[in-house]
Amino acid sequence: MSTRPVFPFAAIVGQEDMKLAILVAAIDPGIGGVLAFGDRGTGKSTTIRALAALLPAMKVNQGCRYHCDPATPDVWCADCRAATKHKSVTAPVPVVDLPLGATEDRVVGALDLERALTGHKVFEPGLLARANRGFLYIDEVNLLEDHLVDLLLDVAASGENVVEREGLSVRHPARFVLIGSGNPEEGELRPQLIDRFGLSVEVRTPQDLPTRIEVIRRRDGFENDPVGFTEHWKKQQDKIRKRIVDARGKLSGVAVPEIALENAARLCMALGTDGLRGELTLIRAARAVACLDGDKEVTDAHLRRVAPMVLGHRLRRNPLDEAVASTRVNRAVEELFGA
Amino acid sequence: MSGAAAWAGALQALGLFAADPLGLGGIAVRAGAGPVRDRWLKILYDSLPPGMPVRRVPLNAGDDRLLGGLDLAATLQAGHLVEQKGLLSEADGGVIVLPMAERIEPGSAARLRAASDEGQVTLQRDGLSRVLPAHIAMVALDEGADPDEHVPTSLLDRMAFLIDLTKVSLRDIEYDDWSGVAAPSRPLVLAGPSAMTGGAGAVHRATAAVETAKIIETLCGVAMSLGVDSIRAPLFALRAARIAAAQDGRSEPDTDDLSLAVALVYGPRATRLPPQEEAEAPPEPEPPPEDQPEPPPPDDEDQEQIPDLPLEDIVLEAAIAALPPDLLAQLASLSNTKGQVRMPGRVGQAKMSLKRGRPIGTRQGEPKGGARLHLLETLKAAAPWQTLRRRAPEHGPKRFEVRRDDFRIIRFRQRVGTTTVFAVDASGSAAMNRLGEAKGAVELLLADCYVRRDQVALIAFRGTGAQLLLAPTGSLLRAKRSLAGLPGGGPTPLAAGIDAAMALADTIRRSGRTPIITFLTDARANMTREGTGGRPKAEAEAMESARALRATGIAALLVDTSPRPNPFARTLATEMGARYVPLPYANAAALSHAVRAAAA
Repeated sequence: MSTRPVFPFAAIVGQEDMKLAILVAAIDPGIGGVLAFGDRGTGKSTTIRALAALLPAMKVNQGCRYHCDPATPDVWCADCRAATKHKSVTAPVPVVDLPLGATEDRVVGALDLERALTGHKVFEPGLLARANRGFLYIDEVNLLEDHLVDLLLDVAASGENVVEREGLSVRHPARFVLIGSGNPEEGELRPQLIDRFGLSVEVRTPQDLPTRIEVIRRRDGFENDPVGFTEHWKKQQDKIRKRIVDARGKLSGVAVPEIALENAARLCMALGTDGLRGELTLIRAARAVACLDGDKEVTDAHLRRVAPMVLGHRLRRNPLDEAVASTRVNRAVEELFGA
Repeated sequence: MSGAAAWAGALQALGLFAADPLGLGGIAVRAGAGPVRDRWLKILYDSLPPGMPVRRVPLNAGDDRLLGGLDLAATLQAGHLVEQKGLLSEADGGVIVLPMAERIEPGSAARLRAASDEGQVTLQRDGLSRVLPAHIAMVALDEGADPDEHVPTSLLDRMAFLIDLTKVSLRDIEYDDWSGVAAPSRPLVLAGPSAMTGGAGAVHRATAAVETAKIIETLCGVAMSLGVDSIRAPLFALRAARIAAAQDGRSEPDTDDLSLAVALVYGPRATRLPPQEEAEAPPEPEPPPEDQPEPPPPDDEDQEQIPDLPLEDIVLEAAIAALPPDLLAQLASLSNTKGQVRMPGRVGQAKMSLKRGRPIGTRQGEPKGGARLHLLETLKAAAPWQTLRRRAPEHGPKRFEVRRDDFRIIRFRQRVGTTTVFAVDASGSAAMNRLGEAKGAVELLLADCYVRRDQVALIAFRGTGAQLLLAPTGSLLRAKRSLAGLPGGGPTPLAAGIDAAMALADTIRRSGRTPIITFLTDARANMTREGTGGRPKAEAEAMESARALRATGIAALLVDTSPRPNPFARTLATEMGARYVPLPYANAAALSHAVRAAAA
C-alpha cells in the first residue's frame, strides 16, 4: 500500500448497511466475507479502502511471511514451526488488493523469479499469503476470471494454500475475510462464489439532498487538505476502532438465548433459505452486532438488523416475486417479529 | 442545439479539461471518425500542458500491454527482473486516448476504472508485484451509432464532460478561434461563458464570488432537479467551476462559472426536466436565454449576498439551455428499454472458452479437454527457470527443459449461442384452435434454429400444470418428435406455463447462454396455479407471471393461436414485454422473422 492518504472510515456519509457489515466481519472474521453490490460511485471502494486504516493492529511472529499469530501455534506455517525462537510484534492487519489482471502465480505464490534466474529455489508468497489473517479485497469481483475464482473458492474453503512448483511443495495458512464489490449490471456472480460471502449488502447512491451535499462537502474537504481532514476525523476514527476492540473482547461473553435461536430458525424457514449456513451466520452476525452495541445478549432487534444482509443473497430465486431480496427479507422479518 | 452551439460547447469543455485533465477525470467525445473530431483532438493536444504524456490505448489491449508485465528478453539478458511498463503507467500524469470506446469490454473498462480511481496500477503479474503510479485522464472517442451503443456507463461516470459532435458540420467549425493548423500551445483561453449560458455571457460582469458551502448546495440541488444521479457529477461540476474561475483570474467561482460548469457537466447527464419547468413549457429550452439577462443583474448589482433560490435558478436555467432539445424523446426510449437490456439479455453474449472463439490471451493450464497449447507462451514461461532446472540433479542432457507448470493454453472469447424455449399451450381450447398449425409453426422455427445453431427446449402446458417435454438440446430431431407426440386437451394453466418457461430460461441464462421464450397459446387461461378452475383468477395470475417475466428481462415472443386475435393475448404480451404475433396472420417467414427480431 502506498502512503497516499485514505479517506477516513469515520467520515463516510450514509452507507450504514455496508459499514455495519464491514464492522461485523472485522469483529468476527468467521462470518465469512462481505459482498457489496451496487450502483456506480456509491463509495464501495472508498469504504473498503478505509478499512485498513481503521483496524486495530494485531500480534504476529516477527519475520513471518504469513503473519502467524503467536497465540495459535496449531495453525502456524512451517517456518514458524521450525523456528526455535519466536518474538511477538504488532503489525497492521493486512488489507490486500486482488487486482483484475493478476496472474495465478502472484495469487497463490510461486518460485521467486529473481532468485531462479541465478539458480536458487525460493518460494515467493503470493497475495493469499499476504492476506492471511486479514482481508482480501476484490473490486469488480464479478469480472474476475473463472480460473482465479476457482482457486479462491478452494483456498477460502480450506483455509490453507498449497503450492507445488519446480519440485517445491509449500503449504501455508491462508485464512482471510473475502471482500468483494461490483456492479451487477456488468455481470452476475457465480452462485458458488456468492455462497462464500457471509454478508451481502446492496449499496445505493444516496437520494436525499442533505446527505448528498454532505458527501460532496466532505469529499471536497478531503481533496483540498487530506492531512488536515484526516486529523479532523481522528477522534471519531479512534472511537470506532475502540468499539471494534471492545466488541471483539465481548464476543464470547454475549449470550445467545434459546428464543433468539428459535427466531433465527423460523426466519430462515419462512424464507426457505438453503442449508444451515444462513442460520449460523445469522446468529453470529447478530451476536457481533450485540457486542458492537455493548448489549449482554442477542435480541430480536439484533436479528432484525442483520437479517437482510445475511439472508438476502441466500434466497432461492422466486420468479413470481419481483421484489428485491432485501424487501423480501424485511417482509418476512415483519411477519415474524411484527412491524 | 445547433451544430455551431455544440462545437462551441465542445471547445469550452476542452478548454476546461485541458487546464486540469487529472482533476476532471476525462472527456467523452461522441462523433464519427472525421475532420470534425480530428480538429477537436488537434486542438486538445495543442492545449494540453506541454510535455504531458498522451497514450493511445488500442481497443481491448491485453493485460501485458495495458497494465505491464515482465520484459522477458531483458530479464533473461540482465539476469534480474526487468519490468515492462504498461500503457496506463506510461501515461502517468497525462491522458489516455481510447479509440472506439463504445466497444470496450467490461474487463478492460474495469482496469481503466481502477487506474482512474486509484491513480495507480497494482501489478500482480508474471512474478512481479508492483504498485505503479498511473494518474490518468481519459479521452474516450465514442463512435457509437445508435443510442444503445455507448461508452460503458461506469467510465462515463468518471469523466466530467460528455460532448457530442455528431451534429457538427465542417461549416460549424469554421470558427473564429480556429486560425490555423499550427495553433499556439494555449489556443483556448475562454473569456467567460458564451453560447452555452445564453445571452448573459455577452456582458462580462463582475459577479460576487460565492462561498463554497453555497456552491456545493447549489450544485447538489441542481443535480437533483435534473435527475443527475451520479455523486461524481457534482464533484466534477465543482472542479470545473473552479477552473473556469481561475481561468478568468478569480479565486472563487461566481455565478457564471457555476452556470458554465453545470451546463457542461449536467447538461448531457440530465434525465428529467425540473418539475415546474415541465408543467409550464414542456419541451422548450428556448425561453431561458431570453429570461436570463433579466433576473441576474439585480442580484449582483445591489448586493454581495446572493439569495438562495435565484442562484440555483440561474444555474439551473443555464443547464436547461444546454439540454438537448430531444431530451424528452430520449427519456421515453430509455424507459422502454430499461427492463430489457438490464442484464445479459442479448444474443451471443461473450463467454470465456478454452475451445473456440476469438483468442484473447493465455493462461496456465494443461492442453487437455480440447484446450490448445500456446507454444510461444509456453516457451516464454519456461525460459526464466532454465538456470534453475539445469542445476537440478534429475536434469538430463536436454538443452531446454519445459515442464508441466509452464504449459500455457489459449483462452478464447466465444459468442455463446441462443436457446429458444418453446412453451406450447396444449389445452383443449388450443387444440381446437389449431394445435396442429402451432406445431407446424414450431417446426418452421426449429428449422430456423438449426440454421443458427441454436438449442431448443420444449415445455407444454395443459390440464393442471406445465411439463418439460424436452430439456435444452441441439438435437432438433428429438424436438420434432416430442412435439409430434404432444397430445391436446384439458384446461389452460397459463400462469403455470409462463412460470415454467421463465424458470427454465433463467437456468439457461445462468449457464451462459441467451434464452428466448416463444409462447404459442390462445391465452384463454382458465386454470389457476393451485389447480382450480376460474377464468378471472387464472387470467390475473397469468398477468402476474407475465410481469415477473418482464422483470427478468428475458426476451419473449407470444404467438396468438386463437382463430381471431385475442385481446387478452395482446395485453399479456405487452405485460411480459414480448413481441405479439397473431398466428392467423403469421406465415412461416413472418414467424421466423419475429423470432429473430425478438432475439436481436
